[in-house]
Amino acid sequence: MLTNRRFVAVASFLVLLALVPLLARFVGGEAFWIKFATRVMIYAIAAVSLDLILGFGGMVSFGHAAFLGVGAYAVGILSAEGIANGFVQWPVAILASALIAAAIGAISLMTRGVYFIMITLAFSQMLYFLGVSLTAYGGDDGMRLANRSRFPGLIDLSGDVTFFYVVLAILIGALVAGHRLVNSRFGMVIQGCRSNERRMRAIGFPTFRYKLAAFVISGVMCGIAGALLANLTAFVSPSEMHWTRSGEIMVMVIMGGMGSLFGPVLGAAGLLVLEEILSSHTQHWQAILGPILVLLVLFAKRGLFGLIDGKSAEKPAGLTGHG
Amino acid sequence: MAEPLLAVESLVKRFGGLVATDHLSLAVEPAELHAVIGPNGAGKTTLIAEIIGELGVDEGRIRFDGHDITHRPTPVRSALGLARSFQVTSLFPDMSALDNVALAVQAHSGHSFRFWRDARADASLRDPAHDVLAQVGLGPRADVLAGNLAHGEQRQLEIAMALATKPKLLLLDEPMAGMGTEESAQLVTLLKSLKRRFTILLIEHDMDAVFQLADRITVLVYGRAIATGTPDAIRANADVRQAYLGEEEE
Ligand SMILES: Nc1ncnc2c1ncn2[C@@H]1O[C@H](COP(=O)(O)OP(=O)(O)O)[C@@H](O)[C@H]1O
Ligand SMILES: [Mg+2]
Repeated sequence: MLTNRRFVAVASFLVLLALVPLLARFVGGEAFWIKFATRVMIYAIAAVSLDLILGFGGMVSFGHAAFLGVGAYAVGILSAEGIANGFVQWPVAILASALIAAAIGAISLMTRGVYFIMITLAFSQMLYFLGVSLTAYGGDDGMRLANRSRFPGLIDLSGDVTFFYVVLAILIGALVAGHRLVNSRFGMVIQGCRSNERRMRAIGFPTFRYKLAAFVISGVMCGIAGALLANLTAFVSPSEMHWTRSGEIMVMVIMGGMGSLFGPVLGAAGLLVLEEILSSHTQHWQAILGPILVLLVLFAKRGLFGLIDGKSAEKPAGLTGHG
Repeated sequence: MAEPLLAVESLVKRFGGLVATDHLSLAVEPAELHAVIGPNGAGKTTLIAEIIGELGVDEGRIRFDGHDITHRPTPVRSALGLARSFQVTSLFPDMSALDNVALAVQAHSGHSFRFWRDARADASLRDPAHDVLAQVGLGPRADVLAGNLAHGEQRQLEIAMALATKPKLLLLDEPMAGMGTEESAQLVTLLKSLKRRFTILLIEHDMDAVFQLADRITVLVYGRAIATGTPDAIRANADVRQAYLGEEEE
């Protein structure tokens, strides 16, 4: 799985990332860079969570931003109700994401292919409109949080550098957990379902429950990213749940390399950096971003992470790819 | 007499107007190698799909090892001891041959809600998988991606995956499909070695193989069993000669 070259690449990237607060001091615009890197890492967590079910499980969820929203709103609503304690907020965010992922997953996973894509999209749009209709919590405009989650006696997140390192630790935790997961028995089952679900059932796996569990795990990981996002900007808004956001997360996964876990981290960095650079030069940055993505998909089929080992690793002939 | 391991009782399956299984009854005795032959489109693959539960039936019952499994889902039937191979190869093409078999072993070693330990370093999965691969003659090819194996090897892997679940009844759907004569001969040897160790329901087009291997043969035509008996009895059966064996030249 993880070749030496890849391991070196991952390790160097993470070390470089950890040095961002120091490097930013020399470059200038320190506050901006730290916040930007934190944003990249939060979306990276979301993208890694999507890769678990998309890249490994073959479940093309086109509504993953819903869980960003659920995590963010759990923090936002509690905060608006005067509960700023993170020991309450974060578990609630996790529980809410788990329950909603279980509900969405239980229904969506009864369908296949295009229907699965459409139904996950529909659910996320429902949550988006629910967010818009929550006028008590900012409605369309979103709402400002009084402060970041409080962890009395543990840590003070109000400093951007502290928060940066907390997010980095959570990202590394997500990568390690993800790596264990995809190589565990559970992970083998998920990959078997992507590869040939009919055969999985014939050899005795009740596939639905495993896919549902994977969907919930992925939803929870994305919900955590949502809770972090609310903390980063001290702001929650329905736009985090819009389908275009789901699309961006999916682009991060594909651009970075599906089914590679670390690829989506590169994808998140790549996409957000491109957006940042292009949008500072022209209003029509999306018109440039589009073709760049197309080229990338055409010429680097295994994404940015795939470029690292160069050789297009052994793939069976006639494999049609995922779902 | 003891109860048969598998009893299919007046099974009916319709696809619109087509009756693919037509009041079909069939019994497989423990340790027997029971072959099902019949022309293309007779409903042999459909029968396997009904027994393993991939297709629901319209009428009739299926009993297996003391259980009425007519309405049980496929994974439950697998857990009870049924395994099938596919006429059209159905593997995990993007995984190694060993991973393919190890997954089949894993399916029958408790639940898989185990999230941490590396499954590829788990000797309780890898060792039995290696054994089964060696049995079917794929030992040296363990690390090759299933999708990159030669056709004959993929057919062997098909059987290995079914074997790895340690089934009480092995349902083999034309295991020799698309094989050359030499490969077929090897497979006959393999099936001979499996005979008696497993109860087998074998669907096969290769008549030589069937008459060599089977204890009993059921002849299926248009979804109906027109005869069941020993190879000699089937060879001598006038109905069978007319309905099926007569048209062998094709
Ligand atoms: N899913 C299906 N829908 C409609 N007709 C089917 C389906 N599966 C099989 N059939 C038809 O049922 C008949 C039996 O098919 P099958 O069991 O594959 O035959 P065999 O394996 O004996 O060659 C054929 O006429 C086939 O066209
Ligand atoms: Mg057939």
